[in-house]
Amino acid sequence: MSGQARGKVSIDIEECKGCGLCVESCPPKCLELAPELSHSGVHPARYTGHDCTACGICFYCCPEPGAITVYRLAAPPKAPVPQVQTRGEHAPAL
Amino acid sequence: MSTHQVMTEKPMVSTDSYQVVHSKSGVFYSEYERKTDLKHQTHYCPGCGHGVIHKLVAEALDDLQVKDHTILVSPVGCSVFAYYYFDVGNVQVAHGRAPAAATGLKRACPDKLVVAYQGDGDLAAIGTAEIVHAANRGEKITVFFVNNAIYGMTGGQMAPTTLVGQRSTTSPWGRRPVNEGFPLHMCEMLASLEAPVYIERVALCDNKNIMRARRAIRKALELQRGGAGFTFVEILSPCPTIWGKDPIEARRWVGEKMVPSFPLNVFRDRKVEIPNNNVPPHKTVAELVEGEGKAGAHVALPHRQHLFHDLGIKIAGFGGQGVLLLGQLLAEMGMREGLEVSWLPSYGPEMRSGSAHCHVCLSKERVGSPLVSRPNVLIAMNEFSLHKFASQVVPGGLIIYSLGHLPEDFSAPQAQVVCIPAAEIADKLGSAKVANVVVMGALLEETECLSPGTAMQVLETKVKNPNLLEMDRKALDAGRVYIDHTVAVGAVTQADGFAQ
Repeated sequence: MSGQARGKVSIDIEECKGCGLCVESCPPKCLELAPELSHSGVHPARYTGHDCTACGICFYCCPEPGAITVYRLAAPPKAPVPQVQTRGEHAPAL
Repeated sequence: MSTHQVMTEKPMVSTDSYQVVHSKSGVFYSEYERKTDLKHQTHYCPGCGHGVIHKLVAEALDDLQVKDHTILVSPVGCSVFAYYYFDVGNVQVAHGRAPAAATGLKRACPDKLVVAYQGDGDLAAIGTAEIVHAANRGEKITVFFVNNAIYGMTGGQMAPTTLVGQRSTTSPWGRRPVNEGFPLHMCEMLASLEAPVYIERVALCDNKNIMRARRAIRKALELQRGGAGFTFVEILSPCPTIWGKDPIEARRWVGEKMVPSFPLNVFRDRKVEIPNNNVPPHKTVAELVEGEGKAGAHVALPHRQHLFHDLGIKIAGFGGQGVLLLGQLLAEMGMREGLEVSWLPSYGPEMRSGSAHCHVCLSKERVGSPLVSRPNVLIAMNEFSLHKFASQVVPGGLIIYSLGHLPEDFSAPQAQVVCIPAAEIADKLGSAKVANVVVMGALLEETECLSPGTAMQVLETKVKNPNLLEMDRKALDAGRVYIDHTVAVGAVTQADGFAQ
């Protein structure tokens, strides 16, 4: 997918305990464990920087309350409501 | 402008147009009151299921907007420190007792959301009785049961939920049903009861199941908010440290090993109407004791001036002498005279001709304990009781002995002693059965603690046979007359009839 990712993840490396559950759970595999150690001596998770869909699964799999914050790209201006179907099975009764 | 056009146009958005969709719940404190350098981390091990469950509970409380109306009951176990994290009302209770404490909290604060959070050692071992009975009563609480098949905090001992064959420090060869029994299935057990409205088992074994757990937790809390009844969610949760696995392996183990033994299911999801036969207490105890239809029939005596503040009476004798009845009569008289009273019987397995005694408290204030260990008045209706209890009587107290004279080897220097041959007096009146009423007459005359008029009122409601009632009236008078003509031995009597 080219262009901007639909979402992004920020990880608080002070809170992350490096369990790796988010890396394992992430469907588009956009998280990884950092090679360097955090101050608590673990390899914290980090966002690779692309492909996040803002699905939030990493957030729910992470055992720390605030280690992961998930962002979603602001929704584009709202599309006008499509015209009501006037024919077919789901057409409103006249 | 057509719809098509808008959909295909890719708006160019800068990075600051990202919106936060998932972040730390407001139900958590921003900083935890823990050790100075760990204020921003929970105390749980990396990969612990508690953290995930905390998050799901916090999110649900946040979404239901009940943060300020929630009381969380923390257990004993790894999650004992839940109160460090949740910015709600917190109570930490004794091991296994969360459902009992939650019962009290919910009954006292019915408009609050009461959540008990327990582990398997807490809920399924030491607290088995509490959870079963809270569920059976249909208490309107929510219990989150975190099952990791082991004692985590204490270092990996076998839990009631440990799987067959699973090793622990106390089952080093693996759990053997022949020695340690089978794992306890709490959901199935509780689902056999009538009252619970919602019971589900979920597992934190993969993404899909974590989202199921999220829904179950939310549903349980929503049901409680709606006042539905007892809700219970069991969450199979990983314990990487004690299982000796890395967090990812541990999570997989939940799915591969625990789920086959603890099948995931909604065990109960239905409305339960518990009939409410609770009659509001619109009657006083005195009215209830008097019986239906008679309430208000008698004119209450004006409250007399009682010369004592509180009075402990012990009445002892053989079973069958009317010892317990005498106590009941005195308590009821006190009640009618506006006193706080209690009556506590104490008798051995052999009632008839065995020894029996009872404790009566009469007080102007609420009675703290119905036990009279230091009586102001001892009524001893046989020699055995006299010897046994005389030394307990407070200095300046009174002993009424229902025989003509004291045994020769008896002495109670601290108390005043009155002897009355009650059985003989009663026998002359026609029945030895009324000896206890003779003694009551003696007590009333000697201490003036209660009025003889009240005594007759109470006897009239208790004794249906008119002949016997007449005999009781005579017995009461005889007791009083006898005392009137007798001088007590022992301590000096004061104006209120009591020795000081």
